[in-house]
Amino acid sequence: MSDDFDDLNALRDAMKAATPKPDATRRAENLALARKNFDDLQGSAKAPRPTPVTGLSGLFQGVKTMLNALTTKGGLTATTALVACGFLFLTPGGQDLLRPKGPIGTTVAEGDVPVAPTIAPQTQNLPTDEIAKQVQAPVAPVAVPVPETVEQMPMAADAVGGVVQAPAGSDLDRSRGPDASGSALGNPGLGAVADEAPVMDGIIAAEPAPPPVMMPAPSATMTWSLVAPENGRLQMPEPNTEAFANATDNPLKITAESPVSTFSIDVDTASYSLIRNSLTRGQLPPADAVRIEEMINYFPYDYAAPAPGGDPFQPTVTVAATPWNPDTELVTIGIQGIMPDVDNRPPLNLVFLIDTSGSMDDPAKLPLLKQSFRLMLDNLRPTDQVAIVEYAGSAGEVLKPTPASDRTAILKALNSLGAGGSTNGQGGLQQAYQVAEGMAHDGDVSRVILATDGDFNVGLNDPQALKDYIAGKRTSGVYLSVLGFGRGNLDDATMQALAQNGNGTAAYIDTLSEAQKVLVDQLTGALFPIADDVKIQIEWNPAAVSEYRLIGYETRALNREDFNNDKVDAGELGAGTRVTAIYEVTPVGSPGQHVDPLRYGMTTTAAEPAAEMGFLKLRYKNPGEADSHLIEAPITHATVAGTDQQFAAAIAGFGQLLKGNGYLGTWGYADAIALANANRGDDPFGYRTEAVQLMRLAQSLSGN
Amino acid sequence: MRMTVSDEDLASQAALGDGGAFSLLLDRHYDRLFAFCFRLTGQRAEAEDLTQDICAALPAKLASYQKRSKVTTWLYRVAVNAAHDRRRRRATYIKASDGWGDWELARQDEMTAARANLDWLTAAMARLSDDLRDTLALVLDEVTHAEAAQILGISEGTVSWRISEAKKRLRAMKEMEEAE
Repeated sequence: MSDDFDDLNALRDAMKAATPKPDATRRAENLALARKNFDDLQGSAKAPRPTPVTGLSGLFQGVKTMLNALTTKGGLTATTALVACGFLFLTPGGQDLLRPKGPIGTTVAEGDVPVAPTIAPQTQNLPTDEIAKQVQAPVAPVAVPVPETVEQMPMAADAVGGVVQAPAGSDLDRSRGPDASGSALGNPGLGAVADEAPVMDGIIAAEPAPPPVMMPAPSATMTWSLVAPENGRLQMPEPNTEAFANATDNPLKITAESPVSTFSIDVDTASYSLIRNSLTRGQLPPADAVRIEEMINYFPYDYAAPAPGGDPFQPTVTVAATPWNPDTELVTIGIQGIMPDVDNRPPLNLVFLIDTSGSMDDPAKLPLLKQSFRLMLDNLRPTDQVAIVEYAGSAGEVLKPTPASDRTAILKALNSLGAGGSTNGQGGLQQAYQVAEGMAHDGDVSRVILATDGDFNVGLNDPQALKDYIAGKRTSGVYLSVLGFGRGNLDDATMQALAQNGNGTAAYIDTLSEAQKVLVDQLTGALFPIADDVKIQIEWNPAAVSEYRLIGYETRALNREDFNNDKVDAGELGAGTRVTAIYEVTPVGSPGQHVDPLRYGMTTTAAEPAAEMGFLKLRYKNPGEADSHLIEAPITHATVAGTDQQFAAAIAGFGQLLKGNGYLGTWGYADAIALANANRGDDPFGYRTEAVQLMRLAQSLSGN
Repeated sequence: MRMTVSDEDLASQAALGDGGAFSLLLDRHYDRLFAFCFRLTGQRAEAEDLTQDICAALPAKLASYQKRSKVTTWLYRVAVNAAHDRRRRRATYIKASDGWGDWELARQDEMTAARANLDWLTAAMARLSDDLRDTLALVLDEVTHAEAAQILGISEGTVSWRISEAKKRLRAMKEMEEAE
């Protein structure tokens, strides 16, 4: 049976047989409709023409047509309510009721509706039928743009960006004319909905209308999907299939109730690059794309290096006043990894697993990827080996394991990659791991580098099965790095999950300079792990700290008992890299306390703040080992924060501003910029300067 | 006399305001348009409505017709865009083709409702993702990959990729059903 699909002819014939003949009546109707719309469009397409309407029947005809179009209960209720409101406005009492409340409406109405002012007062006391008669003759057809009021309505969200043009000359609009000079437009609901009715009216009854538009499908929920006829094209936002990994903000914890905070380190930087990409494109990033720990860890900090021969990394804990809250303190925990002797590093086995599916056909995707890898190639040594596997296309393995010194062969294979073609669908990732395992020798470091735009169609289609597979491969000693390219369908969530499960890091590459940072400047750190499964646990002293809050690391939270369980996976630390975590803590007795102490709670009778604020515990494994080591250190007030910590605090503030979590009070972008500028340090690569520029962009984009 | 005029000339005339030319052009292509809409939607009633949408909007779209491209190419593009707009308004529709769990439920519902008058292929096509279905519908309409790429505004390689992906999914559906 499967042969049917290889050749489309069978499908095509079946399809032809299945296609019914168009309904003759509908065909005639549709052709007539098209012709009518065509004729309507000739002449002045923009200015709506008035039609003569005779007496009252015109008004009711319009209402009737509208009611015919609104068949749902909700619609009927809404229109009935609207009519009731309309009558209310016509009474003198109703006019008084609304007049003081309509600052927006009155300005719009008076500015845009050229109605002879003498008419309005007269009509107020007339019965309705006479109003209609009076109004017909003198009122000129008007287009009433009401952009402000429309945007205020949640149900009009579809029309944002378009201007709702009311075709004047239709009955509803006319009947509203005199009101508009008063304050009827003060009610945004009425204004917008009444505006739309004539639009539908124009389509159904084929009255003279602006360029014809498609009628919204009458859905059950009666969403008034507004049609914005601008040059006859519908304007809708582009769909976006990006998925981001995030969890709700870490909540404020009360030390007396839960003194222990446990999390895994995170050396990813993807979130910062994504934010930069969004901001430089002129958009604030989605709140879910902001992971504060990844923003902080994007920057190099100058922490004290560990002593040779000791533990592979050294924690540095400092305490400083919180920039955005004078009543709390920031505890910054910096972990600096040891930089092993680079000259004697073990040989590397790299497998580039490259997504060449059709979606990679974009200047910011495959071509950037090739350039990035070319940069990296220059920094490899003759002893290193490189293999290339592509996971769309007929051939799986593009390049057999080749010494890095054979640049010609590697570059040739890299350049031969082209987006498109069919997916062989089988086993890109499996094959990459297989190749990596085949290359492994004792002492080598093997790593699969997956480069993708988020289309994770790598043989295993089910994301959970993919994660399980990678978690299983973790024990084989092969590390995984995930590099994201391009925007649009970037599956950040899956990238995070893969990197976390596969003992690896996730980075997002938006520019060649980011590629240089990740693949050249920090190559050693990115490719050589010095510690696996690094977990941090802090026990806060209730006598010194009443409340605390971990900033960021939402996706990395661990359970308290996971800390001592060596089976639980955590983040890896690369050679020479550093990780920073920031807590905002409220000292005991500080007025900045958010939560009142319990009346019947434990009586913490500390006469004076204790010397130790808390106790830091770190667990890590040496690469490839199964048992963990423990590092412990008390946290005291003695240490003072330097420029590095202050800059990290500015970035933490920036991230929270982008997320909008409400802990910052009146502290805004201007304060973040000032703090970051004051603590830029020597900044040899210009990363911090760039961060300040991004803050300034975000400030402008957010309108603060 | 007029029957011999090319589509392209008719469209140019129509763009200048010749109602007769417009009617003739649409009359020529109506059946083909409807068949394509049917392929896109997989349901007769939906296809009728979509065709009506397109007919209603077509006069205004004439302005976007450029003489250098084929009328059929332009019509396909209008149709694909109209189908796209229509789908956006129906969030449930997208949900039905997203994820295996929902997919299966929606499929069962659809199967019972549509078994009477739909054959397997149309039902299966309705369950492909929008992109894949649009592309497959075009190619089934004997549009070349290059033209389909032009209509959809994507590269030819992506069209080929989508077609093979669609084939793969259809095959998987078939296998699943045979296994049941």
